[in-house]
Amino acid sequence: MPRIGVFVCQCGNNIAATVDTKKVTEEMAALPGVVYTCDYKFMCSSPGQEMLRQAIKDNRLDGVIVSACSPHMHEKTFRKASEAAGLNPYQCEITNIREQCSWVHHDETKATGTAKSIDLTRMTIERLKKNSPLKKIKIPVKKRALVIGGGVAGIQAALDIADGGIDVALVEREPSIGGNMARLSETFPTMDCSQCIMTPKMVEAELNERITLYTYSEVEKVDGYIGNFTVQIRRKARYVDEDKCTGCGECVEKCPFKAESEFELKLSKRKVIYTPFPQAVPNVPVIDAKNCPKIQKDKCGACALVCGPKCIDFKQEDKIVTEEFGAIVVATGYDLMPNEHFGEYGYGRIKDVISGMQFERLASASGPTGGEIRRPSDGKTPKSVVFIQCAGSRDEKKGVSYCSKICCMYTAKHTMLYSHKVHGGKPYVFYMDIRSGGKRYEEFVRKAIEADGAMYLRGRVSRVYEKGGKVIVQGADTLSASQVEIEADMVVLATALVSRPGADTLAQKLGIGYDKHKFYNEYHPKLRPVETVTAGIYLAGTCMGPMDIPESVAQGSAVASKVQALFSASEMAREPITSVVNKATCNACWDCVTACPYTAIEKESVKNRQGEVVRLLAKVNDGLCQGCGVCVAACRSKSIDLKGYTDEQVYAAINAF
Amino acid sequence: MSGQIEHKMEETVSGAFEPKIMAFVCNWCTYAGADLAGTSRMEYRPNVRIVKLPCTGRIDPLFIIKAFENGADGVLVSGCHPGDCHYTTGNYHARRRWIGFKSLLEFTGIDMRRLHFSWVSASEAIKWVDLINNVTDEVKRLGPFMEYKGLKP
Repeated sequence: MPRIGVFVCQCGNNIAATVDTKKVTEEMAALPGVVYTCDYKFMCSSPGQEMLRQAIKDNRLDGVIVSACSPHMHEKTFRKASEAAGLNPYQCEITNIREQCSWVHHDETKATGTAKSIDLTRMTIERLKKNSPLKKIKIPVKKRALVIGGGVAGIQAALDIADGGIDVALVEREPSIGGNMARLSETFPTMDCSQCIMTPKMVEAELNERITLYTYSEVEKVDGYIGNFTVQIRRKARYVDEDKCTGCGECVEKCPFKAESEFELKLSKRKVIYTPFPQAVPNVPVIDAKNCPKIQKDKCGACALVCGPKCIDFKQEDKIVTEEFGAIVVATGYDLMPNEHFGEYGYGRIKDVISGMQFERLASASGPTGGEIRRPSDGKTPKSVVFIQCAGSRDEKKGVSYCSKICCMYTAKHTMLYSHKVHGGKPYVFYMDIRSGGKRYEEFVRKAIEADGAMYLRGRVSRVYEKGGKVIVQGADTLSASQVEIEADMVVLATALVSRPGADTLAQKLGIGYDKHKFYNEYHPKLRPVETVTAGIYLAGTCMGPMDIPESVAQGSAVASKVQALFSASEMAREPITSVVNKATCNACWDCVTACPYTAIEKESVKNRQGEVVRLLAKVNDGLCQGCGVCVAACRSKSIDLKGYTDEQVYAAINAF
Repeated sequence: MSGQIEHKMEETVSGAFEPKIMAFVCNWCTYAGADLAGTSRMEYRPNVRIVKLPCTGRIDPLFIIKAFENGADGVLVSGCHPGDCHYTTGNYHARRRWIGFKSLLEFTGIDMRRLHFSWVSASEAIKWVDLINNVTDEVKRLGPFMEYKGLKP
């Protein structure tokens, strides 16, 4: 016979006003197995908890019910108190007679509240009788972190994690780290040169002995769970030995072939063996295999001839590296909506219609024009430039429903850069609203308008066409209620920020969620902004949605603190609410495997003495299982159960109804 | 059977019958929504008894039959809105199971009007209150569930 204690809390008058707590204890005392009952003014107070502890010891209780407020409020408190008295904490259950009884049934005669409290407490008692003691799950933690994405968020995360004395691998898809930020000319609102603040961070990441760089690499496969991930990384063939290369650049010089530069967004050409940009980290060239005649048809090979350390290997193949990590940070960044999307703005038809990011390259001192603003068609300095904001953003029909957040600011910056570089040049901006929320942001936009003379027109552009070497922009100025026509030399589109191509495939590999725009979902948008629902996987930067550099950096650091906290102990303890398989009855139909949202159920093989596999069984991985119980309801042979919410416990509660 | 129900309705008008409703709710959305109704001191009919589960996906259709067998006059299932599941897809499983299970209910002798499925988020205290009131009133109109009475030993 169990020895159960029932403690009914009055919560001052919060419960006692509509529930006769004395009567509840009397009714409960009559139930079989209940050996101790009492009611008290505040069970959660120190004397209340002491009373609970004392009663457990004095009466040798093996189960405790506290009928009080919501378990979301004080379940932990009472479980801790029970544990202190030597009871298994999972032998303590809470009945919610405040939020779901006394506070919602205002019957002053107490009849309603008392009757319901009695029912609820009785159901919990019957459930408790079927409880079994549970132990927190201990999971060993592999203290090594993987950061996917070498943009500013990923670099910040890697640096901060390494500062905590933890080894980090930084995986970057492109041949160099740096991401989109490495492309920018200046940054708002301080107008620091992006290269000047970014390059030192990139170098720091390269030199930090705790950081291993895997550039030109992609995540291939992810297995395991928090504390114990096994990740396969595909190291794409560079055709250049990274360890031997000194970065002298002799090969690039000698290469006779050219292709369009990805880094310069097709504004200029690069060699077929190339480093994406002069400050690339690592400073090791890569061969663009698709355009290399040596690799394609075994002709040329000039680079190999001039290479001093002999580090060019045309036969190199992709390599798969398998490594173990305890935590994964995803910082894969963003892309821009392809300009081809904007036919109505003349993109593709008119050479002098470019994207904001291309304008960044024109304005950048290391860009194709050396920082001079010259239009792509004929290299002339444009006398007037029209900037079109919200190209794709806030436009559900044509583009995306959301606001890309940074365009108002960078367009203001572009107008400033343009007026500083082209004296007498006239910048026009078509905008829907100016969204400049942020420290010193509004002042920045005002400065662009008032001090630097950018002409802001509130309205949309209806047509862009070419006429006599000019780009004619027709649009509406809704503030003066008139149609305007501007003869411009160049048009810059503030195209929408979108998720990276392949963002969804990576999410599926990692088992994390994403929204309809393929931006990754955070655990909670306000309170857990850098965690995902998959324990041990964290997010930073624009892979979650549009954000600016300060936010991305802040998230990189935030993620690092999460990883360091996770790694602060050699083992982590988890709530033992996980599923468990009854090996005797499992018939290996794998319905549970299909149902599980966490891929937490594995197929285990049972072998005979000869080592032959005789049957397969489902097996729950405690590290991955989050305790939703979907598998339990899916199991046809009733061979899987959820600890803490077993069938027996639920049926006991229903039977006591 | 319809005659039986009409007969019970007369009973109801006299005010003697208070139905028993069992609610299976998920821990993250609906349970928290019901808590919010409490902290906001709203009032609703006292006929409901909640069984908390981690997720609506944990609900075995047998729970519902068992509830009726144990004297419930109505059963309510409520979880997170589609897309909001704490466990990402548990509520979709519940919805799917529900669709399959529904067609079996008539066969087992349960009037569909005694069974309600709803989504109540952690912030929808008002929806919870309305839901309980509506379900209680509806089941009250239907009268006690007699079909399973006497099944239990």
